[in-house]
Amino acid sequence: MDIFYPLQLLVDWLSYSVFGLNPNTPLGSAVNFFLYDSSKILLLLLVVNYFMAIVRHYLPIEKLRDFLASRKWYGIDYFLAAFFGTITPFCSCSSIPLFVGFLEAGIPLGVTLSFLITSPLVNQVAVVLFAELFGWKITVSYVIASVLLGVIGGFILNKLKLEKYVADYIWKIKINKTNIPQNSENFSLLIKKFWQEGFDLTKKITLYVLLGIAVGSAIHGFIPTGFFEKYISTQSLFSVPIATIVAVPMYANAVGVIPIMQSLVDKGIPLGTAMAFMMAVVGLSLPEALILKKVMKMKLLAYFFGITTVNIIIIGYLFNFVK
Amino acid sequence: MKNEKIQIQVLGSGCPTCKKLFELTKQAVNELDLKTEVEYVTDIQKIIEMGVMTSPVLAINGQPVITGSLPDIEKIKEKIKELI
Repeated sequence: MDIFYPLQLLVDWLSYSVFGLNPNTPLGSAVNFFLYDSSKILLLLLVVNYFMAIVRHYLPIEKLRDFLASRKWYGIDYFLAAFFGTITPFCSCSSIPLFVGFLEAGIPLGVTLSFLITSPLVNQVAVVLFAELFGWKITVSYVIASVLLGVIGGFILNKLKLEKYVADYIWKIKINKTNIPQNSENFSLLIKKFWQEGFDLTKKITLYVLLGIAVGSAIHGFIPTGFFEKYISTQSLFSVPIATIVAVPMYANAVGVIPIMQSLVDKGIPLGTAMAFMMAVVGLSLPEALILKKVMKMKLLAYFFGITTVNIIIIGYLFNFVK
Repeated sequence: MKNEKIQIQVLGSGCPTCKKLFELTKQAVNELDLKTEVEYVTDIQKIIEMGVMTSPVLAINGQPVITGSLPDIEKIKEKIKELI
């Protein structure tokens, strides 16, 4: 039995008895669908956010950095950095201190960029939404594609020897070894803390998730299937690069974009095109460029964006052709 | 309260989360009735020198006490009270 069966019962009761909607009308089924979908996703998020709070307590980014800097990794470090990118939270506010912190610790520029590319693309919230809306197969391929995007991008950027295009003052900064507050709390306090953190995070993103699902449901309900094919020639060879390039300057959180992307795919946009669009929206943006401009010279920034864009386009084609 | 020498800083790269933390901290200081100004630092070099990897940062007397997240106002007050 589906473990979410009781939830379905509760939602049925709410929409048909409490709100008095008729299950056979479009409105009735839409409300029922929206309530079930959003409450299921929020419950799942509460659980994963709790677990991620535990992971982050034991593996803070400073520890991951020290691990990466601790020895020579002969190329495995690109994978490690991209993988760490998937488990750390990411806000563009942090990209500068992260970038510099990694470089100062002696981590190669390319490896640092691998982390920077993958981090915004994958996080636990995006994975839950993805799995719920697209199923596990596509979710796993998305995560693998994101990690590869970081690994390959970082690797190429490293080969280009761009260190001299990092803003000069970065190399001169002396970092004080301040101790990040490590609270040594007892176990029951920790459990409370994890719960609090997981709950706070879920609370913070609830609005975005609901908004994304609502817009998705609206597209789902009001735009006829095949609508986009009329306007965008889905077979066109150029749809992937166009979707990607249009999306690069835009910024939105992965959480808000995924439900919208799902409804677009539903209405006939090819998966690869939609995914390239999403990766470009989430991974690259004008605000991100402006922030990074403070620590990168123009040439490095241009290579970083250029190579990542090209790789996203390739991933889009791959998903379209392989399916 | 002996709080003449307390120095409170919010460090960030100018992103919305950082600004929010700055506003919240000012409010916390007000509500605690402290006679101190909250300083908003956007100089990246300062953030990096502190050795912190995530922003925004709330620092009291030069020590980072909250990093990388936007806490609620009670938590900010708690941290300030601990150190004065």
